[in-house]
Amino acid sequence: MEFSPPNAELDAMHVLTTQTAKDRLREAPLFQASSVPQILSDPPSMDHLDALEAQSIYILREAFARLKKLALLWSLGKDSNVMIWLARKAFFGRVPFPAMHVDTGKKFPEMYAFRDTYGKEWGLDLRIEPCPPIDAVDPTLPPAARSAARKTEGLKMALAKHGFDGLIAGIRRDEEATRAKERVFSPRGLEGGWDVRDQPPEFWDHFNASPPPGAHLRIHPILHWTEADIWAYTRRENIPIIPLYLAKDGKRYRSLGDADITFPVTSHAANIDEILAELEQTKVPERAGRALDHETEDAFERLRVAGYL
Amino acid sequence: MNMIVTNPVSTTPNGTTRPQVRIVIVGHVDHGKSTLVGRLLHETGSLPEGKLEMLKAVSARRGMPFEWSFLLDALQTERDQGITIDTTQIRFRTGSRDIVLIDAPGHAEFLRNMITGASQADGAVLIIDALEGVRDQTRRHGYLLHLLGIKQVAVVVNKMDRVEFSRARFDEISAEISSHLTGLGVTPSAIIPISARDGDGVAVCTPRIGWYDGPTVVEALDALEPAWPLEALALRLPVQAIYKFDDRRIVAGRIESGHLAAGDEIVIMPAGKIAKIRTVESWPVTPLAGKHGAGRSVGITLDRELFIERGDIVAHAGQSPRDTRRLRARIFWLHEKPLARGDRILVRLGTREARASVVAIEKAIDPGALSNAENSAIARNHVGEIDISLAQPIAADAYADNPRTGRLVIEVNGRIAGGGLVLSVDAGQRAVPVDIVPVESALRPDERSARYRHNGAVVWLTGLPASGKSTLARALERRLFSRGGSPILLDGDTLRAGLNGDLGFSAEDRAENIRRLAEMAAHLARNGHIAIVAAVSPSREDRAAARRIADRLFREVYVATPAEICEQRDPKGHYAKARAGALASFTGINNEYQPPLQSELTLDTSARSVADATEAIEGMLGKTGVLFDELVDLAANI
Repeated sequence: MEFSPPNAELDAMHVLTTQTAKDRLREAPLFQASSVPQILSDPPSMDHLDALEAQSIYILREAFARLKKLALLWSLGKDSNVMIWLARKAFFGRVPFPAMHVDTGKKFPEMYAFRDTYGKEWGLDLRIEPCPPIDAVDPTLPPAARSAARKTEGLKMALAKHGFDGLIAGIRRDEEATRAKERVFSPRGLEGGWDVRDQPPEFWDHFNASPPPGAHLRIHPILHWTEADIWAYTRRENIPIIPLYLAKDGKRYRSLGDADITFPVTSHAANIDEILAELEQTKVPERAGRALDHETEDAFERLRVAGYL
Repeated sequence: MNMIVTNPVSTTPNGTTRPQVRIVIVGHVDHGKSTLVGRLLHETGSLPEGKLEMLKAVSARRGMPFEWSFLLDALQTERDQGITIDTTQIRFRTGSRDIVLIDAPGHAEFLRNMITGASQADGAVLIIDALEGVRDQTRRHGYLLHLLGIKQVAVVVNKMDRVEFSRARFDEISAEISSHLTGLGVTPSAIIPISARDGDGVAVCTPRIGWYDGPTVVEALDALEPAWPLEALALRLPVQAIYKFDDRRIVAGRIESGHLAAGDEIVIMPAGKIAKIRTVESWPVTPLAGKHGAGRSVGITLDRELFIERGDIVAHAGQSPRDTRRLRARIFWLHEKPLARGDRILVRLGTREARASVVAIEKAIDPGALSNAENSAIARNHVGEIDISLAQPIAADAYADNPRTGRLVIEVNGRIAGGGLVLSVDAGQRAVPVDIVPVESALRPDERSARYRHNGAVVWLTGLPASGKSTLARALERRLFSRGGSPILLDGDTLRAGLNGDLGFSAEDRAENIRRLAEMAAHLARNGHIAIVAAVSPSREDRAAARRIADRLFREVYVATPAEICEQRDPKGHYAKARAGALASFTGINNEYQPPLQSELTLDTSARSVADATEAIEGMLGKTGVLFDELVDLAANI
């Protein structure tokens, strides 16, 4: 191993004179231009969605192998429905841990109907856990955040009740910037809190899966997916969706939460193809209709530190 | 107000012709990573509507001049500290690529976050402040790119406006960083002078850098290649779990390299068990036909019931990884407590976790420092080469042979503390726990071989009971001794009376019986003797294990006397007893004998005399370099 810089005659790398630099770079031998080059033969047999699916299945199986008592958080939205689908793929049709719905009691009727139908049809071990009354929640939070924080409290109660050491959650990096900083296996403190400053290293698909006694891990199998990926996969796999995502009278929901703090966006996308076309064009963030994100600059961050998803 | 860059441009998920490339921007703290990212988002038209105006307004409200880096300062905590503390992912497009940009912190304290971010990248941009030049984090990050296996690296020399766009200064920095990276085996694809703040060199070459005619940053990003699955390498399927949800017994895992299909002959490492893939299972449609390549998460069923566990690696027969208890690795270390010789660690390789100890540390250095002073322990954020002794055998490859099963992470107290590349896998050298001090013989192998006129070897005679193994073994022993050699007979039945007295005839006990025979024979052979093993050893798998133990010293002789003749001979009366039902699991009657496929020699004792057969073995030993040629020997003495 060579540590000291050898006094080699330096080819001034930037002097790319006779051709355009781009041409030169493209013509560079593969062994210089790619990290896994020598062994390249054919294009990969997997497409983008296959790769996302395989990665998520790997994560779900790691969670199941390494944790003792798992539950999957089913919020009934498009992301967690994809996640359940992936779990059925990972475990050959059967989800081998409970699906938990932490119920604020304020979801849209369409969401409850969806839960009752597919909870049965998918053979889920469904656990419905209540949230405490609003008075039990930090009164210094802005109104919508306070309402959403009820869910965090409900989650803590459910955790205490069942003693889960791993919770599988369908958050994605592209949804929101604090989520972008998440690990795939994310340790939570004893109080369920998230210490963004002291996250363990995580690389090469090796995960930190040893929560200290009493604490738990969040596992994020679709962290690397985007909103468009979710829809493209939902279309490909023909996964059922809640109709609220499709436009009616010029409006649709991009993200579903509590009925009183979630608002539709202007849209004419009446099917998934149209949603995907719309996402190609839009510059409006996905959670624009989620009031709790926008009350103060750091509302969402504070919620997450406290244990919100 | 939320100062957050959400995903402004969606990716093209399916059927796309636009490759997605993940890049990381690394470099010393304050050399301008966040500014470059902000500028890139702007130049590629990736910012949400009104975002720039909103940020400018927020800056005004805070009484600060606008900075491009504000775009990335998503967390309150970061704004307070003025440093990026974790990785953020942002997407944008260049001419022909969808770029996923992973911002990684430059602050030394957050190296673990830089590694977390950079480990997901296909390529990297290393940023250097033109005024400050190459600094310790620049060198350290360059080194880590090498250890993370990232070979596509573009260098940008930022803040050229601060050095009046001096070509001389740029050349000076280019020379220094090129030589550092080249020394690590990383060739930069471009070195680009830029001013991220003003935009020079980011998307356009402005007149201020008119002397530069290489690519802009956007062009360099556009030339990056995405990572490709390792389909062309040998099959490696680390086992994640065995599922028995219904009547199927499914071996689940992700194919890290190569491909598989139903019907493939496989070997399960490190045990070396052999089986065939019966089906490839899936859901909702199952079973699946055809080839399944690297990157896929699959489930397979096998044609036989074998003990398989999480951590095993499924490979194709003949192309398996090595089984070993000893590895040499080049690692980076992230734990507060330095890694020292004798430390107990947990090694994760593929899906295997194994307890281990560090038996040696070499080349422990600070990759950020200019000097290369070596230390005895590997400090936090430093690198080094270590020898690892594992408590149990594991399957592994050298990184040069397989990047996936040739890398490992190290865990301390349940937390990932380091990681690195497997430099070599030592199959010959067995486990040496640190509290055992093996004593080597005072004699060198060549001293013995000079006296015995042969090298050490294990001659393994396998065949049905009464096929003539013991007779041949005794004759061979006599013959070798007569010519001055040092043969030693290890008869399976004789050893069962003592050393292996605790073992019965179940498959597990037979395997252990063979393992002990092989270990003892290999020990003798390594000390220059010729160990002659006479053992039925009916299982091909067990014999394969024996061959791995003795390695290149192993010579297999198949005593292929026909079964009817063996039964006629029956010198010990075993066949008669077994026929009468008095002997369960007797090979030849109730138990299957699996003949060797590639033995060094095959002999039918019904067709030739003992002397003739012994001579054949001797001939084989001569040809395979065990016995020294008499004539050559004679000539050497004249």
